[in-house]
Amino acid sequence: MSFLDILAIVIPAAIVSAAPLIFTALGGVICERSGVVNIGLEGMMLFGAFVGAVCMHFFEKMHLGAASPWLSFLIAIVAGALFSLLHAMASISFKADQVISGVALNFLASGLALFLTKKIFDAGETPMIHERISKQDVPVLSHIPIIGDWFFSNAYATSYVAIFLSVVVWYVLYKTPFGLRLRSVGEHPMAADTMGINVVRMRYVAVLISGGFAGLGGAVYVASISGNFTHATISGQGFMALAAMIFGKWHPLGALGAALFFGLAQSISVTGESLPFFKDIPSVWLLIAPYVLTILALAGFVGRADAPKASGQPYEKGKR
Amino acid sequence: MNLLKGRLFSILIPVISVVLALIIGGIVMLASGYQPILAYTSLFEGIFGNSYNIGETVRQMTPLILAGLAVAFAFRAGLFNIGVEGQVLVGWLASVYVGVSFDLPKIIHLPFAIVTAAVAGALWGVIPGFLKARFKVHEVITTIMMNYIALYMTNAIIRAYMLAPGERTKDVKPTASLASDFLQTITDGSRLHYGIIVALICSVIMWFILWKTTMGYELRAVGFNQHASRYAGMNVSKNIILSMAISGAFAGIAGAMEGLGTYGYMMINAAFTGVGFDGIAVSLIGANNAIGIIIGAALFGGLKIGASNMSSVAFVPIELVDIIIALIIFFIASSYIIHWLSNRVNKGGKL
Repeated sequence: MSFLDILAIVIPAAIVSAAPLIFTALGGVICERSGVVNIGLEGMMLFGAFVGAVCMHFFEKMHLGAASPWLSFLIAIVAGALFSLLHAMASISFKADQVISGVALNFLASGLALFLTKKIFDAGETPMIHERISKQDVPVLSHIPIIGDWFFSNAYATSYVAIFLSVVVWYVLYKTPFGLRLRSVGEHPMAADTMGINVVRMRYVAVLISGGFAGLGGAVYVASISGNFTHATISGQGFMALAAMIFGKWHPLGALGAALFFGLAQSISVTGESLPFFKDIPSVWLLIAPYVLTILALAGFVGRADAPKASGQPYEKGKR
Repeated sequence: MNLLKGRLFSILIPVISVVLALIIGGIVMLASGYQPILAYTSLFEGIFGNSYNIGETVRQMTPLILAGLAVAFAFRAGLFNIGVEGQVLVGWLASVYVGVSFDLPKIIHLPFAIVTAAVAGALWGVIPGFLKARFKVHEVITTIMMNYIALYMTNAIIRAYMLAPGERTKDVKPTASLASDFLQTITDGSRLHYGIIVALICSVIMWFILWKTTMGYELRAVGFNQHASRYAGMNVSKNIILSMAISGAFAGIAGAMEGLGTYGYMMINAAFTGVGFDGIAVSLIGANNAIGIIIGAALFGGLKIGASNMSSVAFVPIELVDIIIALIIFFIASSYIIHWLSNRVNKGGKL
């Protein structure tokens, strides 16, 4: 097996496992850019996975066919946004410690999702979904030699949506007035307030958007990777997305790159044993690589990563 | 009307939060077609109903007290140690390693195993502490990352070096075990072990360090105001690293309670134990104070043990307890709103 063959196996797998991370990390970027720390990404993602799995199951029963996962994505976005409202209320209006509020959100998400799963299905997991999104070759592009096999074959449409959305988020954050306002609220809320920007509203919007993105990430995970929702479906992907956001230096395209890289590490740790060259690497190194790299990035060994200036601080009008 | 200020306030907030959370939990049950009264009475019976349940509750409390101490100790120095979970795992593995591989008399072996766990937890806590002190890296992120590193590394180490049949390590030698026939007999065969004594001793140690030593004074000063502490000639970096080390040591001992007491071995963990995360809730409800933490640990330990009786009698899924715990954290964290309300009451006499 040549090195190119290995890449042809590993890269598509990486793109598949990166998609949920990309969505969630983008949500994290938007939220933290507005100055609200979001440890609750994991919980929002988990809640989206639960809602997505339930919707996909019932839509499938209603014979919605191939539209079922896509409709479920939309509902998961709304559900994630509504769920994140709790974090917004606690951390913006009630001025709770944003980290603690996020921790509580994670607790609540797993408790509520499993409680409802048991209530609805009388079992610890949702039924397996048959009507999932399917892998497809991109027409024309998949025939390009080498690159076609790597990037455009055997892939889910959601992965391309994720990559496309990263560019959209970058454009919105850095090229529109809305994005400038959102970032200014995260850097210096008082200055932003003086310029007539409604800090509280801006932050609410950012948290809700991040909840929507994370909810979508969770639902995409169910549709493309796990196939149902159990207590173990979302176990750390939200935190890995948080790591991707930091490793990507709070930048949408950086987060995209980091999520793809972490997805690569994940896919190699799963498929690596059957591949020459990678099988000599103990899988534990690949499993911990995202986290070690994030720590190194934060410490400035892999390029300095600085958080938005005002992140973590509740904004109080008139406070010096 | 300064009734709602100061010490009373710090007791009132957790109490109000718990009551509110229980009420909302009841509403959730009503809305999903369960009987809240039956559920709460069966929950209560599941905690105090018989000596077995009491024994299990106290056993569940043991690591929660220590995890709560760990979170609270770091909090006092102004640090948020979400990494207790990882430090628990590392301490657990270290205690089991010592328990399995040495042959020593009990009087040496058991303390040696516990101290090793404390050192391992401390080392795991020092890394984020050092990164915070030296590079100003936020400890919340690093400790989360360290949790995952601990989870995967402990699993890999067990798999590579300590594997016994059943995806776990061998049992620790009796000389390193906290298990107690006496405690098991009086609690009708629960898994209660001597660890609770260790946990209570550690609570006293935490109180003593924080309130009766110069070191504790400096740690608290750094927690209140780093700049003022530096101006007063304290070494802020040293205090940050020290507080993370001691916090990690408590967490490591919490791991030893599982390794030497409850289980007597370590298994390959597919996911986190949850002890560290529950510790955050415990320290919040205990207002970072040793006695409060013991009460908080009793509350959460009780909720977790009572949940199984609740689900078998009232058929309510045990996850209801997680919802209640999450709500308690939300309410305590949002206590600004209670402060604000009480200020309005105090100022205007009406809302």
